[in-house]
Amino acid sequence: MTTFLTVIVALPIAALVWASRADGVSGFWYWIRQPEPVAALKLTLVVALLVALTNAVFGTLIAWVLVRDEFPGKRLVNAVIDLPFALPTIVAGLLVLALYGPDSPVHVHAAFTRAAIYLVLLFVTLPFVVRTVQPVLHELDTQMEEAARSLGARELVVFTRIVLPSILPGILSGVAMAFARAVGEIGSIVILSGNRPFHTEVASVWILNQTQSGNGTGAAALATLLLAISFLVLLGVGGLRWLATRHERA
Amino acid sequence: MRKTIALSYLSVVLLGPLAMLFWRIWAEGLGKAWTAITEPDTLHAFRLTIEITAIAVPLNTIFGIVVGLAIVRRRFPGKGLVNAFVDLPLALSPVVVGLSLFLLYGRTGWIHLGHVQILFALPAMVLATVFVSVPYVAREVIPTLREVGDEQEQAAHTLGASGWQTFWRITLPSIRWAIIYGVVVTTARCLGEYGAVAVVSGSISGRTETATLRVQNYYENLDQSGAYGVSLVLGLIAIVVLVVMTLLKPKEGTA
Repeated sequence: MTTFLTVIVALPIAALVWASRADGVSGFWYWIRQPEPVAALKLTLVVALLVALTNAVFGTLIAWVLVRDEFPGKRLVNAVIDLPFALPTIVAGLLVLALYGPDSPVHVHAAFTRAAIYLVLLFVTLPFVVRTVQPVLHELDTQMEEAARSLGARELVVFTRIVLPSILPGILSGVAMAFARAVGEIGSIVILSGNRPFHTEVASVWILNQTQSGNGTGAAALATLLLAISFLVLLGVGGLRWLATRHERA
Repeated sequence: MRKTIALSYLSVVLLGPLAMLFWRIWAEGLGKAWTAITEPDTLHAFRLTIEITAIAVPLNTIFGIVVGLAIVRRRFPGKGLVNAFVDLPLALSPVVVGLSLFLLYGRTGWIHLGHVQILFALPAMVLATVFVSVPYVAREVIPTLREVGDEQEQAAHTLGASGWQTFWRITLPSIRWAIIYGVVVTTARCLGEYGAVAVVSGSISGRTETATLRVQNYYENLDQSGAYGVSLVLGLIAIVVLVVMTLLKPKEGTA
């Protein structure tokens, strides 16, 4: 088990971190201060943050509707939520391009813009918050909400004071995973962003391009930074899980 | 009101693009898409994707069960680290995975196996796919193992069952649905892998080009019906996966 994990995961990661400092620590700093990778990373982080926030709102709303409301076709909608997990991301990119690209049947032309990156990332990250919030909402006892309502609390108060505290850890860990996914995404972006440096080139595409043009050290420097972000996100999610199960352990 | 907002959002972000899969195939003409799908290089790409998946899925299924059992039932030093590495591919960019393998097995890398070509050949593509699909079986098995507890296993042990007997007769049957669900998700992930394989494969048509790389190739050569044709096959597989996932999932959260 440990051998498998070492050979498959740990050894490549070690080689990456090692290569990022092949030209010394100054080489590492040199590459992650170059204007192009800095612009790519900045774009990646800002878009990923926007995507994460959008998911926090709409993911929670969708989970709410799927648990509490009744409507025809609900089972179908519930099943389709997982589609982004099952569909190859490059196909997702192609489809978003088909709907919001040059031949758009709805006359929205967002291809090769930052808006297109945002849209396709919303597609691929859709399930994260919905699927972490849904089971918590489902198990939530509605008696407390009814008690609050009968005591005269308005809907907004009921939500922020009673529902939100219970589902917040779920929302946050879903948001964190969506953020990590958005930061690292490539397949869906590569054909619809146009990959213009300083404009629509994201960090993962910059790494891919540098690797293919032989700049392994530069690619490794930015990749090591992305690796650090991934570990931070996982640490955060682990912390949230710990907080959420605190009462069970006590 | 909230129902309308939620469904509108889903239409704009998810259902609209999904509908385009069928709409575009219809517009391009099924005949042209079929020609693209049956082209020798495309068939080779599908065969290669299936080969890689057929190696990666069993490996990660066995690993997922073993690591799941270790994490839930055992105490050992470095457990936190093992846990973190199992989860890492969920949060890490596939490109970073590809680059890591590229650096490990490349000219200046640490590992060389004589004349065996690893990079730009099947071995690296398999390694990349195994890496990105490590977590999925383990993440299904772990919560299920926690939920079923170890009382039955201990009872079997007390009655004299060996470790293997307990595993085959008690543990495995109690987690089999979780394993099958994990296998389905792993398969989907392997079939759809793009970023990591893009870095290590070299994407040579007819040799190291997988189905997803084929989509990109068609698209970049302005062959729309080719790109949508291959996408249709991948999309239909995804829909089958989705149906199986829905059937396997317990009713919680859906009622």
